Amino acid sequence: MYKTNDLILRTTTSLIAFMMLGFAIYLLIAGHNAPGGGFVGGLLTAGAVLLMYMAYGTEAVEKMIPINFTTLVPIGLAVAVGTGVGSFIFNQPFLSHTFGYFTFPIFGEIELATAMLFDVGVYLTVVGVVMTIILTIANDR
Amino acid sequence: MNNIIAAPMIIPILIGILLIFFRRFTLLQRWVSFGGMAASAFISIYILNQIQSQGIMRLDFGGWEPPFGILFVADSFSMLLVTTTSIVTAVCLLYGFSSIGEKREKMFFYSFVNFLVAGVNGSFLTGDLFNLYVNFEIMLLASYVLIAIGGEKRQFRESIKYVAINVLSSFFFLIAIAYLYGTLGTLNMAHISVRVAEVGQTPILTVIGVVFLLVFSLKAGLLLYYWLPGSYSAPPSMIAALFGALLTKVGIYAMFRVFTLIFYHEPEVTHTLIGVMAALTLIGGSLGAIAFKDIRQIVSYNVVIAVGFILVGLAVATPSAIEGAIYYLIHDMVVKALLFILAGMMMAVTGTAQINRMSGLIRNYPAFGWMFFIAMLALAGVPPLSGFIGKMLVGQGAVEAGSYILVALAFISSIFVLYSLLRVFLNCFWGETIIEVEEKVPMKKGWLISCALLTLMIFGLGLGAEALAGYVSSAANTLLNPEIYIDAVLND
Repeated sequence: MYKTNDLILRTTTSLIAFMMLGFAIYLLIAGHNAPGGGFVGGLLTAGAVLLMYMAYGTEAVEKMIPINFTTLVPIGLAVAVGTGVGSFIFNQPFLSHTFGYFTFPIFGEIELATAMLFDVGVYLTVVGVVMTIILTIANDR
Repeated sequence: MNNIIAAPMIIPILIGILLIFFRRFTLLQRWVSFGGMAASAFISIYILNQIQSQGIMRLDFGGWEPPFGILFVADSFSMLLVTTTSIVTAVCLLYGFSSIGEKREKMFFYSFVNFLVAGVNGSFLTGDLFNLYVNFEIMLLASYVLIAIGGEKRQFRESIKYVAINVLSSFFFLIAIAYLYGTLGTLNMAHISVRVAEVGQTPILTVIGVVFLLVFSLKAGLLLYYWLPGSYSAPPSMIAALFGALLTKVGIYAMFRVFTLIFYHEPEVTHTLIGVMAALTLIGGSLGAIAFKDIRQIVSYNVVIAVGFILVGLAVATPSAIEGAIYYLIHDMVVKALLFILAGMMMAVTGTAQINRMSGLIRNYPAFGWMFFIAMLALAGVPPLSGFIGKMLVGQGAVEAGSYILVALAFISSIFVLYSLLRVFLNCFWGETIIEVEEKVPMKKGWLISCALLTLMIFGLGLGAEALAGYVSSAANTLLNPEIYIDAVLND
């Protein structure tokens, strides 16, 4: 057994993966009224996690991110459908969305939209589905 | 604002998602699915009655007014089908509890049944052509899983064909939608109808209509049914019952909707084509039904014959023919579920699918035998069972329209249905019994209860046709007068 020479991959991954994850969060939050969204954010996150899998190996990543990606799928679906069904409670048509401006310390005034919650659901589903597909193929021997 | 009309789609989706979390709890999965189906059946009946007093109801998603937003439209036709879907699925689930097997139940079986029903109900309810495509896809994706669940060799072989043919037809569906959008600039079905009426159904629009016809006939098994008998005989009988009862009906529904609401200006082209295809389907299905010795193939070809018969009603498009087709559509959902379940029980107790290897089942299982006999009579259209009123009205409508060839074929096909099932009955239920008393597989309670419920529904639909008449004539009225639908969607 020879030791793989992956110094460049490992060094750049620790840098790039964090940038990708950060950018994914940015896309997710910007998504409801600017370019971006839960889907592309989810894909980018899955890409970052995948890069870590390639650089550090399965065991190390599973220790770093102890999540069963399959369970993210129903959670994401429940969140996404939940935002639609939430409109039943407020007696609004199905899938109605709303937004408001809130003032936070440090950040100042921020727009919060329920459409973002929907995006979070899509994000979780996409991460779950992509990771499940890729890991299933990768673990298939 | 009528949020309730989204319920028949939302309830199954929510339950489907919820059940993914409870993968290991089989008992919970069973009864929550059943309860959800029962609830959506009750809600559908409530909506159906609301429609009779208030007229067509609609729900604009997110408050976006038509023609800009997506919407659900509930008229009597869609709600009759939604109600039947929920009830039939609930009964099929009862059968599934004792026949589908633990292994499949733990592979998210109930979740996917719920997603399938969500897609079917959504297709019936939507008022937007692209949303119809999306709901078709929800239904098909769930059916891809269900056809392959359990992973037997035969299932995989058939599922490859099934997936290939459906991906192809979905592709054509998208192309047809793109053409229509490129020509008319709208996707709302009522709005499309208004614009088609304004510009007149030019040849290009008729061609687009024929592309839609191609797509829906692939889904419904109208003439392009060569994939159907194989695919419907591969999965376990409970899934086959759901497919036979629901999936082709969605294609038929879409055809009725599109060719009565949108492309109804050139019946010489489109409706004649539907008539020719229905005639060929009746001939092909009848030959198939008597050609095979495999019970699964026989019942699958019976699905094909019914599709041809219902579309005879659309082809002639007189008021009584449309009413008859609606009656027959409801009848066929119930009776096909029953037929597939009975065929599944026959295979379960004898361990074979070949009818010449079964014999004398009625001695072992009398109730079972008589229910098969009743289902057979209902399919052949014997009064007072449920098939009679539909057959009579379709026949009457076709005679009024002077389509004597279609009348003849429709009724000859009924004789073929009767013959094919009588052959099964004589072979399998009469004669010397082959099952010894000690070898007899006990009939499970769930099997008999589900069959008995469906048999009761056959009697109910036949004897209670009068009670249904109001709903059916309201449904037919909306189909024949598109302006009612358009008014409800656009000028309300």
